[in-house]
Amino acid sequence: MQYILLLFLISSLAIFILPGWLKKQKALVLSAVQVVAFVYFAARIPEITTAEAKYIFLEWIPALGLNFEFLLDGLTMVFALLVTGIGALIFLYAKAYMKSYEGTDKFYLYLMLFSAAMLGLVLSANLIQLFIFWELTSFLSYFLISFFHEKESARKAAFQSLYITGFGGLAMLAGIILLGSVVDSYSLQDWINGAESIRQSNFYLPGLLLILLGVFTKSAQFPFHFWLPGAMQAPAPVSSYLHSATMVKAGVFLLARLSPVLGGTNEWIYIISLIGVITMLTGSYFAITQTDLKGILAYTTINALGVLVLLLGINTSESIKAAMLFLFIHAFYKATLFMVAGLIEKKTGTRELSKLGGLVKYMPFTFVIALLALLSMAGLPPLLGFLGKELIYEAKVQSPGIASLVLILGVTSNVFMVAVSLFFARKVFLGKPNTFGKTPNEKGAAFLIGPGILVLLSLVLGLFPGNLGTAVIKPALGVVSSEMIDVKLKLWHGFNQVLFLSLLTVFLGVVLYWAMLKKKKLLETWRKVNSVIFSIELDEVFAWVMNKFVQVAQFKTKIVQHGYHRYYILTIFVFTSLLLWFQVFVIRSWEFDLSFSLNPFYISGLAVVILGAAITSAVSRSRIVTIISMGVAGYGISLIFMYYSAIDLAITQILVETLTLVMFMAILQKLPRFAVLSSKRTRLRDFFIALSFGSVMTILAIKAVNVNLNPTISDFFVENSYNKAFGENVVNVILVDFRALDTLGEVTVLTIAATGVFLLLKTKNKKL
Amino acid sequence: MNSVILQLAAKYLKWLFIVFAVLALIRGHNSPGGGFIGGLMAGLAIVYNGFAYDTFRIKERLQNFPEWLIAGGLFVIVLSFFPSLLLGETIMSGVWLKISLPLVGELKLGSPLLFDIGVFFTVIGVTLMFIFSLTQKR
Repeated sequence: MQYILLLFLISSLAIFILPGWLKKQKALVLSAVQVVAFVYFAARIPEITTAEAKYIFLEWIPALGLNFEFLLDGLTMVFALLVTGIGALIFLYAKAYMKSYEGTDKFYLYLMLFSAAMLGLVLSANLIQLFIFWELTSFLSYFLISFFHEKESARKAAFQSLYITGFGGLAMLAGIILLGSVVDSYSLQDWINGAESIRQSNFYLPGLLLILLGVFTKSAQFPFHFWLPGAMQAPAPVSSYLHSATMVKAGVFLLARLSPVLGGTNEWIYIISLIGVITMLTGSYFAITQTDLKGILAYTTINALGVLVLLLGINTSESIKAAMLFLFIHAFYKATLFMVAGLIEKKTGTRELSKLGGLVKYMPFTFVIALLALLSMAGLPPLLGFLGKELIYEAKVQSPGIASLVLILGVTSNVFMVAVSLFFARKVFLGKPNTFGKTPNEKGAAFLIGPGILVLLSLVLGLFPGNLGTAVIKPALGVVSSEMIDVKLKLWHGFNQVLFLSLLTVFLGVVLYWAMLKKKKLLETWRKVNSVIFSIELDEVFAWVMNKFVQVAQFKTKIVQHGYHRYYILTIFVFTSLLLWFQVFVIRSWEFDLSFSLNPFYISGLAVVILGAAITSAVSRSRIVTIISMGVAGYGISLIFMYYSAIDLAITQILVETLTLVMFMAILQKLPRFAVLSSKRTRLRDFFIALSFGSVMTILAIKAVNVNLNPTISDFFVENSYNKAFGENVVNVILVDFRALDTLGEVTVLTIAATGVFLLLKTKNKKL
Repeated sequence: MNSVILQLAAKYLKWLFIVFAVLALIRGHNSPGGGFIGGLMAGLAIVYNGFAYDTFRIKERLQNFPEWLIAGGLFVIVLSFFPSLLLGETIMSGVWLKISLPLVGELKLGSPLLFDIGVFFTVIGVTLMFIFSLTQKR
């Protein structure tokens, strides 16, 4: 299966080098690649039903515990089939949709790369690897949302989604590392084996919360849901693929994946169910008052994601079964509806509900397809959606503890969904035809093949759901709830509580629909009420937070990066000396042996000369004198080195001292005369800083004689210098052999410094 | 600066400096010296020459010489990693080749020497770059 990923990557790049005649059909080529992958996965369905997961291990950075681990089990299969299957249809649809736009190469590149990242995500059996693919999908989603980058709203929406999902992703990484530290591994298998210890560790709750932050942002859960309607700025194929069928389900996937590890606790059940219920209600409630076709679909998607998260939160095998089935159902009808919305937008030039109407006359096939998809969304028989809704009600009835509340809210939200579905169909396709700029048509088979196939699947699988249950849902269920239960799906469940709930839902939904249609004022007032109650848009809150963030950063930068070189150096000296003083006191460094000798006399004489030179350089008012006395001090020190037979050091000191002198001389010519003398206070401050730094360095130097941290190391160098490195000069051997890496670093630093000086003076020259 | 004495001295002393620098580089492994010291000496030789004549003119003549020296030096350093790498040893461990020549006697050539040569050139380049940048005309 790693080869499938590779194939995706190669084909995404290959579209740039295709020969001309094939390049025109690049969408078809990529669609074919998706089909190949789909067939590959579908052919492996029999293997996973026997509970034997296919596992591949590839070494990556074993020293860090990072490896490529791929796993193909029941859960992965559900997502892999969705990603590749719907992917194939999306590329087909995109061929027609994207025809009139510039830069389609780029578009297909991003879309194909996304598809590879998503596939990699669901195949991952290592959590760090999963995180990487997770972030890649966010990243590619950013590029796809901002495809119409000349529009400011598209750029804004893209940034918003990137910030939110990226923030969640980082939180998730922290959570993964936290929980990974408990079992000391990031491998999924180790997590499952160590599930008990993870659940009982102190890190469980913080880790869970951090991971959930990732899940909730990615899957557009309340209060992060607002990025999804914004993301509708993307072209229709993207909305259809990323923002309804696949990417936003990544959070749901991760919940299912980690359910055997983290699931089943009270924290899991209550936090996730609560967020799921709120999201479910938010989505369906706001869907009604939307005026934009894709806006309606975005909010119904939020509703569906809420349902999925709720089901995984309830965490019974009944609810997980419903969730797995609902994944298919939702992908089928929602991808269809997004494609239909894109088609309508293309042909009529608008997505506004109020400007549409009577399209059945011009687009009969589209109408049939959309109607079936909407019925599936409303959960009416004989479509797959009905089956899903029944299962969901059943799961909610049996949910532990919170059943009645969840059930009431579930019915409420489904009533909204029924009303929205009927309203959508009525408003867009029936009623009085509006006048459009040009007569809409449904030319272009590529537009309708994808939606057609998906709706057909909804219908056929709704009537004969048996195989879907045993072949795909059952193995997935086995992975998530780790028990093998027979999944028998059928359309007719008999007269029971659940059927009654369904009937009630449909009845109330139809009533609401009539009210919306007949009482025109109802929607108006509803919108007004909404704008009063929900006057704080989360969207704006987010923008406000980001704005403040930038302001704080600017403020901080102004203080820290003031641009005065003298103050940078001052800061460095003050902090370094403070840290050193602290360390000196901590290890009681003032207790040292002062028994060094000043013999022979000329060493003492040298010391006096150096001291004199240093003082002269500090008090002199002439620059030349200052520099020359500094040179005297430097040469004096090199003489001391020489006396103690550190020849190499002495030579280097002399050369560097010479070079420094030359450099100072070169600069001196260019400096202006002393203009303003520093004030007395400034000089006093500098004096104390210099005193502090100098004395701490002196103490360290004296102390260094007494502290021998590792006595063997210098002996080692002396002993092995000739034997192992064939050199008699120990200093040189250390430089070029034992510690060659350090030398390499030093030389590189020198290079960087030289480049810096060069550039600094060069740019300055240009300005002048 | 325009001193005939200095210019004439620089003309010959420059080469003396460089010869000493190379000597310091080669003998560095066993006696005081080495790439860093040699590099500084050679660099100073060129700087000295520049001061005797006109730094700016020397710089014009040398073009991008310092940049090439730095790049070449770093390249040679990287080259010196390969012998140990190819022999499957830890990177940067010294690899030695013993050759006996008729007149010179036994000669030991090792990757550390190559490393030192790289340091030598880089240091020359860095020195020149510092000085040239600081002394350019405004």
